[in-house]
Amino acid sequence: MNEPVTRSAAQIARDVNGKSISAREMTQAVLQRVDEVDDRLGCYLTRLHELALDCAQRVDRRIAAGESLSLAGVPVAVKDNMCLTGTRTTAASKILENWIAPYTATAVQRILDAGGVPIGKTNLDEFAMGSSCENSALGVTRNPYDLSRVPGGSSGGSAAAVASFQAAIGLGSDTGGSIREPGAFCNIVGFKPTYGRVSRYGLIAFASSLDQIGPLTRTIEDAALAYDVMAGHDPRDSTSINRAVEPASNALREDLKGLRIGVVKEFVTAKLGPEIDALYKRAYRELAELGAEIVDVSLPTADYGLATYYLIAPAECSSNLARFDGVRYGLRVEGDDVGQMYERTRAAGFGSEVKRRILIGTYALSSGYYDAYYVKAQKARTMFAQDFRTAFERCDLIAAPAASSPAFEFNSKSDPYSMYMMDYYTIPMSLAGLPALSVPCGYAGTPQLPMGLQLTAPLFEEVKLLGAAHAYERATKYASKAAVAV
Amino acid sequence: MASEKIDVRYVAKLARIALSEEEAVRFGKQLADLLEHVNVLSELETASVPATAQVVESRNVERSDEVTPCLDRETVLAMAPQRQGAFFRVPKIIPES
Repeated sequence: MNEPVTRSAAQIARDVNGKSISAREMTQAVLQRVDEVDDRLGCYLTRLHELALDCAQRVDRRIAAGESLSLAGVPVAVKDNMCLTGTRTTAASKILENWIAPYTATAVQRILDAGGVPIGKTNLDEFAMGSSCENSALGVTRNPYDLSRVPGGSSGGSAAAVASFQAAIGLGSDTGGSIREPGAFCNIVGFKPTYGRVSRYGLIAFASSLDQIGPLTRTIEDAALAYDVMAGHDPRDSTSINRAVEPASNALREDLKGLRIGVVKEFVTAKLGPEIDALYKRAYRELAELGAEIVDVSLPTADYGLATYYLIAPAECSSNLARFDGVRYGLRVEGDDVGQMYERTRAAGFGSEVKRRILIGTYALSSGYYDAYYVKAQKARTMFAQDFRTAFERCDLIAAPAASSPAFEFNSKSDPYSMYMMDYYTIPMSLAGLPALSVPCGYAGTPQLPMGLQLTAPLFEEVKLLGAAHAYERATKYASKAAVAV
Repeated sequence: MASEKIDVRYVAKLARIALSEEEAVRFGKQLADLLEHVNVLSELETASVPATAQVVESRNVERSDEVTPCLDRETVLAMAPQRQGAFFRVPKIIPES
């Protein structure tokens, strides 16, 4: 492997700003890596070699003109549900298979303005609905640590690209765990900021009250760097938060002294088997050894998270995906009249999981069931937010598993509900809009595969969250204890 | 909560998705299974709990009514499955009498 591709984003930016390597050289090294490994891994649905080299050249010109850029020459993998002008943007769906984005998502634009170089558009579960990338209609992505296993999802392409050194920053979106779970499966950091911290403008909508863009990176420092660039109010997303963003990059800590970290008593890791139970108990002990005080907290509603989520998210998706009707963009299948054209287009364009969720959502919102299902779930969401507020009266952060198991084999989750269970530990935080991340915390199973520790902070406390995760990462260095298989 | 049998064809009609026979059977069963799982929510006492649409600073956002640049018409129409001049072309909506 060409050495530059293994550098962190922070290191690349320092090197390119310091002119010890040009953005062009850096980009060429990464593109070569993509050509070498991605036919086997399938991270990218679209490779953007030409655009990447153009962007790199622009970065080099800006550096030559005396500018200093926080992401100078940093190779970035963009999840294919984010728009980038002139590039195919598919959401891994047949209905958008040939759609060319006419504008660029705000989060992506901020990355480019800061000197980031887009390497390609990455695979995902169709419309971000899934936990393994197996729901992609356009390709298979493999876990770089074990090619017979899934990379996680829905941001599995971005996670696998970063883990396999085909990018230093992967952009993902997280609705119920879609950044944190693939981060855990691929032995990297997956960070979902507070709902509304990063603009959703240009992100193809799944469940608008939950969707949030965030970075997948090999280090916490890089996650902080990407967050500092992307976060902040955007008038084009009326749900983006209009308050100052405190930079996280210069608040990274080396210890956890003075912090209280809560362990949720309803999250009984013994249910995950003795090996995983021991792994998380060790992680909590490691947090204590770094100076944190570990306290018990309670989330009485924990067991209701999946039910709440699998009403709210499908309801919102059934509404959001109504726009795919064969009229203005995407696939059209002709019919005798406009109604038949809609029905045939959507039947041919959407995969099973997307249809299933649209049907659930349509049912939950339909006359006679709206109060029993949708309104009930919206009330449960209030209870989640309240439970977390109460828990955070006793602690600064909450520690929990990021997923219930390491990466699983393809086609091993046959019924939809067993796949939904993968998100048991990440959904409650999403329902409460909280910032949360997963950081590598060891290995489990046969063969030994990566696991992630999930840390969660109160709303807007990203700086505290990233600072603490940095201390854990520095002290344990679990990610460095295994190597990718490619 | 409701426990009656779901008319999956009616739901699919509302959602504008044509279903094959096989899909109607499979989705019908999966929907029923999922609704059984979500029915655990009925255990939560929510009579006095307000509903939350989104958790962070929900407020109405307004902007001044000013003309700003928008997407170029040609760029947008170039992505249309069918167009006629400056319009999206669709199948007939009003039947001939």
